[in-house]
Amino acid sequence: MSLVNYESAIILTPVLSEAQMQEAVKSYRQLVAEHGGVMVGETNWGLTKLAYPIKKKSTGFYHFFEFQANSDFQAILETAYSRDERVLRFLNLKLDKHAVVYNERKRKGEIAPAKKYESKEGGSSI
Amino acid sequence: MSGKSGQDSYNFNSQQNQVIIKKKYCRFKKHNIKYIDYKDSNFLLKFMNEQGKILPGRITGTSDKYQRKVGTAIKRARFMAILPYVADGLK
Repeated sequence: MSLVNYESAIILTPVLSEAQMQEAVKSYRQLVAEHGGVMVGETNWGLTKLAYPIKKKSTGFYHFFEFQANSDFQAILETAYSRDERVLRFLNLKLDKHAVVYNERKRKGEIAPAKKYESKEGGSSI
Repeated sequence: MSGKSGQDSYNFNSQQNQVIIKKKYCRFKKHNIKYIDYKDSNFLLKFMNEQGKILPGRITGTSDKYQRKVGTAIKRARFMAILPYVADGLK
């Protein structure tokens, strides 16, 4: 079956230590490889402040996967994420051709990496 | 029968309702931007007002096709807590 380009974004709970976070990310990397997917690229923002608290936590580890997989892999990934309590929130996207070109150019450094905006006031007001 | 005399002498061109008409163009067509990344929050902030609401296309001048893409990108960023749903003094 032809491979389709996907992007998957996850926010891991800040309670995790660095090693646990890496281990969680590694488990998803293997999941992609197991199901015949090809990992194209990954970006990691590390521990960043959330714009609003999720599940009473106001920071989280952001991690973005970009990979190619079969079309039925999406459902498997979703159940894996929803079953894992370390993941606060996830977003799986299908990438169109413009997105792939954009990501390619960003990896080559033509576009500056997306930096998360820092809200001016310290804690989130809500 | 002077009617609302104050009303007649209302100067429509007075300073305070002089909308600064800046030449509007769709920045996506002009700079040939094809993909709007939901992670690029600094760029998305240009399309949001102080309270975090999405600005309408008629103000930012973006064409309808890219306004929809900006909309979905902002909603995705809000879902992933990159941008707040409600904010005060966002910029």
